[in-house]
Amino acid sequence: MDTRFFAAWLEECARVVHEQRDYLTRLDAAIGDADHGTNLDRGFTGIRQALAEHTPPTPGALLALAGTTLVRKVGGASGPLYGSALRQMGKALGDAETIGLAELADALETALQAVRRLGGAEVGDKTMVDALSPACAALRLAVAEGIKPQEALSRAADAADQGAKDTISMQARKGRASYLGPRSIGHQDPGATSTALILAALRDVAVAWAES
Amino acid sequence: MKKLINDAESVVADALTGMAAAHPSLSVDVRNRIVLRATGPRPGKVAVISGGGSGHEPLHAGYVGYGMLDAACPGEIFTSPVPDQMLEAAKRMHGGAGVLFVVKNYTGDVLNFEMAAEALAEEGIEVASVLVNDDVAVQDSVYTAGRRGTGATVLVEKITGALAETGAPLADVAITGEEVNARSRSFGIALTPCVTPAAGEPTFELGPNEVELGIGIHGEPGRTRIPAGTARELVRIAMDAINEDLPLTGDVLVMVNGMGGTPQIELYVVFAEVAAYLREKGATVTRRLVGNYITSLDMQGFSVTVCRLDERLTLLWDAPVETPALRWGR
Ligand SMILES: Nc1ncnc2c1ncn2[C@@H]1O[C@H](COP(=O)(O)OP(=O)(O)O)[C@@H](O)[C@H]1O
Ligand SMILES: [Mg+2]
Repeated sequence: MDTRFFAAWLEECARVVHEQRDYLTRLDAAIGDADHGTNLDRGFTGIRQALAEHTPPTPGALLALAGTTLVRKVGGASGPLYGSALRQMGKALGDAETIGLAELADALETALQAVRRLGGAEVGDKTMVDALSPACAALRLAVAEGIKPQEALSRAADAADQGAKDTISMQARKGRASYLGPRSIGHQDPGATSTALILAALRDVAVAWAES
Repeated sequence: MKKLINDAESVVADALTGMAAAHPSLSVDVRNRIVLRATGPRPGKVAVISGGGSGHEPLHAGYVGYGMLDAACPGEIFTSPVPDQMLEAAKRMHGGAGVLFVVKNYTGDVLNFEMAAEALAEEGIEVASVLVNDDVAVQDSVYTAGRRGTGATVLVEKITGALAETGAPLADVAITGEEVNARSRSFGIALTPCVTPAAGEPTFELGPNEVELGIGIHGEPGRTRIPAGTARELVRIAMDAINEDLPLTGDVLVMVNGMGGTPQIELYVVFAEVAAYLREKGATVTRRLVGNYITSLDMQGFSVTVCRLDERLTLLWDAPVETPALRWGR
């Protein structure tokens, strides 16, 4: 997986987030402040513009630029969280020109740690951690089993999707949704949902990559 | 839903352009989304800077001026500003005595201000933060993101601003801000949800005869909803919640705040009930504000904030202030 692969991933994220903007915002209206979709759309549009101006030479530099762009454009809780996640992921990839599945799994783990460190959320708190954490675990397992990247990333995407759905029954303990107390139960967390979309985008790009 | 806007995407920029045109005392940088005192930084004075999502006007930009804020950083509607805004505002307004950030306790605000503070520290500019968390509607704060920052933000900005004006050092200004926060409590009740320009529809559903108790300022639903009652009944709910957390005695400052869509006449009806409640508890209202100070777009409803004053804080409250939304003594 090279710089073009990761640029394609970010491009796909921008497309999907734009397409699902109103859905994400509606989820946020139920238990937050109705801005998650607009926030991420602004951020990923910013990434698209930044990459059009200049595409960094390595996957690591590319993801670091994407993270910085999110921090600069998004605001809210998700800006610093996703921004730091991508920045740390970029840092973890160093200046390698191509990335193997094992390195990608490690980098995703770094992203998870960045989110947990900054936001202090644990699994079960009804946040993006509930989608990212099972995705990391699934990817690690897939790497250990030595299966193909597109299948491994497909399992990670499925795990994230399941993780997002699992947030429905949870009571929020972090972020704005926590103010609702038990009334946050019964709604899917917007951040966990966007994490699932971002990992589905990674799978889709990997599948398309394998086919071409 | 009808709105006085040109385009949902440009509301914040268009409003900032309007603020610039309306208030020559402000220097508004629409591109970088910062509102500064037109007089620029004052050497030796702590710069007091705040920010947060838009939609709470006059908070924060309406409080930029002598005796209060040096700069405000408005985010998108209900969305925390980004670190670059605070960084830029601090660089332009600091007068060599450090910068105080007044931050409302919301995950997004806290994280974005933290990132800005780290970047400022790297540039060698001293920075301290006061975290406002006065909302008693958030219970069991151990299992949540903690209490929200609401009405007390106005009080913290006024009093730290007044102290900073005297040339007090950063540590003193920060401690005084924390003291104001510790002495203040708020509770809010909504009669209607609000409508954000982007969504164009109410942020939550509320029946015609229901009210939402324990709301924040972002159009988010509160803790519970109950059948609507009289102003007297609703005020009692709000004041009991406050009194349970901070016994109401001695001299108090009271702010009865409209959420943006509440007629002033109703705010006075509420104020009468609040004053009667406090009299009953034996507290003395020595300072008061009635009006729209920290709002939620077009929401109908009110919040009440009570701060237990002492002599020093009263003097700082009375100190001259000259901003678009709060002015006296000058
Ligand atoms: N402390 C936290 N740790 C991890 N994720 C969080 C935390 N707080 C909030 N989130 C995530 O952020 C999402 C909300 O993002 P967004 O709506 O863009 O920001 P805001 O909550 O500031 O309006 C939530 O759905 C949740 O997944
Ligand atoms: Mg939100």
